[in-house]
Amino acid sequence: MAPRSAAAKSAEKFPTPAKLTVTLVVNGIERKLAVAPWTTLLDALRQHLDLTGTKKGCDHGQCGACTVLVDGRRINSCLALAVMKDGAQVTTIEGLAQGATLHALQAAFVEHDAFQCGYCTPGQICSAAGLLAEGRAKTPDEIRELMSGNICRCGAYPNIVAAIETVLSAKPEGRR
Amino acid sequence: MTATTYIGVPTSRVDGSAKVTGVARYAAEYNMRGMAHGVVVSSPIARGYIRRIDTRDALAVDGVIDVLTCENRPNLAGSDEKYRDEVAPPGSPFRPLYDDKIRYSGQPVALVVAEELEIARYAATLLRIDYEREQPLTDFEQARAQAYVPPKKRDGIAPPAEDLGGAKRALAQAAVRMEAEYRTPIEHHNPMEPYATTAIWEGDGQITVFDKTQGVQNSQQYAANVFGLSPDKVHVMAPYVGGAFGLGLRPQYQLVLAVMAALALKRSVRVVLTRQQMFTFSYRPATIQHLALGAQADGHLVSFAHDAVAMTSRFEDYQENVVNWSRQLYACPNSALTYKLAKLDLYTPCDMRAPGGVVGAYAIECAMDELAHAAKLDPLELRLINYSDKDQSEDKPYTSKELRACYRAGAEKFGWAKRSREPRSMREGSELVGWGMATGIWEALQVKASAKAVLGRNGDLEVSSAFCDIGTGTYTFMTQIAAEMLGVPLYSVAARLADSSLPDAPVEGGSWTTASLGSAVQEACMGLRGQLLRMAQRVDRSPLAGARLDDVAFVDGNIRRKDDASRAVSLVDAMRAGDVERIEQSATFEPEDDGKHARFTHSAIFAEVKIDEELGVIRVTRVVNAVAAGRIINPKTARSQIMGAVVWGIGMALHEETLVDHKLGRLMNHSLAEYHVPVNADIHDIDVIFVEEKDDIINPLGVKGVGEIGIVGTAAAIANAIFHATGRRVRDLPITIDKLMR
Repeated sequence: MAPRSAAAKSAEKFPTPAKLTVTLVVNGIERKLAVAPWTTLLDALRQHLDLTGTKKGCDHGQCGACTVLVDGRRINSCLALAVMKDGAQVTTIEGLAQGATLHALQAAFVEHDAFQCGYCTPGQICSAAGLLAEGRAKTPDEIRELMSGNICRCGAYPNIVAAIETVLSAKPEGRR
Repeated sequence: MTATTYIGVPTSRVDGSAKVTGVARYAAEYNMRGMAHGVVVSSPIARGYIRRIDTRDALAVDGVIDVLTCENRPNLAGSDEKYRDEVAPPGSPFRPLYDDKIRYSGQPVALVVAEELEIARYAATLLRIDYEREQPLTDFEQARAQAYVPPKKRDGIAPPAEDLGGAKRALAQAAVRMEAEYRTPIEHHNPMEPYATTAIWEGDGQITVFDKTQGVQNSQQYAANVFGLSPDKVHVMAPYVGGAFGLGLRPQYQLVLAVMAALALKRSVRVVLTRQQMFTFSYRPATIQHLALGAQADGHLVSFAHDAVAMTSRFEDYQENVVNWSRQLYACPNSALTYKLAKLDLYTPCDMRAPGGVVGAYAIECAMDELAHAAKLDPLELRLINYSDKDQSEDKPYTSKELRACYRAGAEKFGWAKRSREPRSMREGSELVGWGMATGIWEALQVKASAKAVLGRNGDLEVSSAFCDIGTGTYTFMTQIAAEMLGVPLYSVAARLADSSLPDAPVEGGSWTTASLGSAVQEACMGLRGQLLRMAQRVDRSPLAGARLDDVAFVDGNIRRKDDASRAVSLVDAMRAGDVERIEQSATFEPEDDGKHARFTHSAIFAEVKIDEELGVIRVTRVVNAVAAGRIINPKTARSQIMGAVVWGIGMALHEETLVDHKLGRLMNHSLAEYHVPVNADIHDIDVIFVEEKDDIINPLGVKGVGEIGIVGTAAAIANAIFHATGRRVRDLPITIDKLMR
């Protein structure tokens, strides 16, 4: 162990950032958090709020496992800092079902076996919810293209497309 | 069992709801007060020594608790035996933080533990480590010259079968010949869930571990051995595993580091690897394979030579079965097979979905396509001409082999008969169209496994085992089998898995889980049936008096006579008559080998590619995979297994490859942006067919397993389709645009 005085000197050299208070409305509930500026929205959800349904797959915006809806739009929560989203409405996988009733996408994912290990699944479903809200995808090819930011290593893609198609066709406008 | 209620019926995953709502917790998702976070520091050099580690700055950061290195680590076992897990190959297993020697790039050299993840991550950047660098050797092409036959064979892996006849002479005399070398690259499993271990300090030396693993008892025994603990001090669980594909068969270094820190600090510690660190342990080894095939003018094989070289680390001789498969697939009187290893300054490879088989079948099935082309035969016809009804390595017939039915069903569904034989003869607008096919084969493995079934007075049934469910559907099939056996609804059955305190089970892998665990669950439930019938006969004037187990059926919560359904006793009444709160039965399945049969799963894969003639962009537009895998317990999840494996086959054919900088000995594309796996837009129509295959010999359920067969042969079918589309034969995976346009 380094001598105390040296440690004290280094601490000045390598300070850690002070915490800030951030308010997030997560799944309809207002949550106040004390987080450092370097904490991502993803880590704030997983570590501070114990909402571990949102997954960390790469932490670099390359896999989509951390997809959540912020103010209705799908984003990679690993690429957003929590302090940037002060006041935002955040919807995570835990906020999609109405009590015991699954969201149409959740039910369709189960019915179509659109996952295996389940790790990318919350991101896929949140991304699909964002996709439906965007109203851009009309065909299976468009679904494939616009869902390509969410990697599924188990390779459930055809079932993911089928699940989303089912929900899309039940909502002819392609909107919620 | 003839008519079934649950077995063989497409069933949604019983853990589906937990997975789509985010309730399912994975290894890194157990948050508790006072838990510390460990961040791993990885070696930037590939070979050499640590000269000095300066931890002062890191320790000075507010919130840093400790930095563990080879210099201050707690006591670790000192003999190889203690690090050898259930599936370790021969050699000297890697020991995390054991000494100052650097064996590969990315090797863990320190664990920074802090109160918060971000602080640990920051402090990890402040470690100053001086290294003594040595020049690493990571170039497989260069190391190949020193390839050797592994002196000690890996348990469970058959070495190359002995020569049949004289392959060389037969080749020289053959009317039709092909000879070529094929290359497959390093691939990384990249499950979506990064490797993680949460080690919970329970006090008094007791540790509860949530580990990302395919074998909780393997992790338990390994951790106990490495730290000199009694196994009952280490309780390992892995209720949900976010993909593994073989990477979780051996305990990985984050388990050692998390448990080490928990023991050293006497507090709970979580260690999660980054995606970059997912490239700092095992992988599928690259291979170079030489194939020389000879046939008569009519296509009958006369000579089959298959020589493979694969890579391994300097410290272990990882081995897989790459070259034996032709002996099961094709009748040929003269055959010579060899398999060698080349040592590199990389980590030890490990099993990755259909290890050995997938690379071997790629080369074999491309070689067969080349031979068909040389003989001017249809590739499917060539396979039928050489169809083998026995395993020629051991001269044994199969327990079952419906490969002909796979060829038939697959070809029909695909429309193979409409294929024009000449390469570059099919086109659609600006795209060249190619149709290729291949055969798949995998061992129908089984292992010793235990299960327990407990029936409560209210009719709730619990079945349990230490096996894992890595997304394969284990929870669901055991629920189906138990419900079927006792005639209770699926919702009355609770399946428990992946807890080291549950009945013994090996690692979940090798496509053996359904056959092995399914049989154990079936046997345990058979035991409950016997107990229930005896109790039912104690009911006053029992309608089942005198009945034997064979005389009754368990249906809709009742035990009833097969010959008179009106004579029945409900399970609840039976339990009441027995005056018991619960009954339980444990069972252990031990595979029986009659010594007279070979056991394999088969498939036929047909693929269509469309290739932009100007740009060389390849799309795999259709794949039909027809599989013969015995009885299918759950067609819904089994189909997903095959489909997912076909996606892997597409990745293997077109995308996946880990590149090494040989000067530095470092992997260059260690991220999901640069290590390409298929995304949704890469995947088009995939058709899965299960052909009927009855197997009364293999096990009472007639099950063979489907986890791996779907990837075997798929890359070859695609490579063959690319040749058919373009007339260009690329023998070096993945087939990227640059190779095609070269």
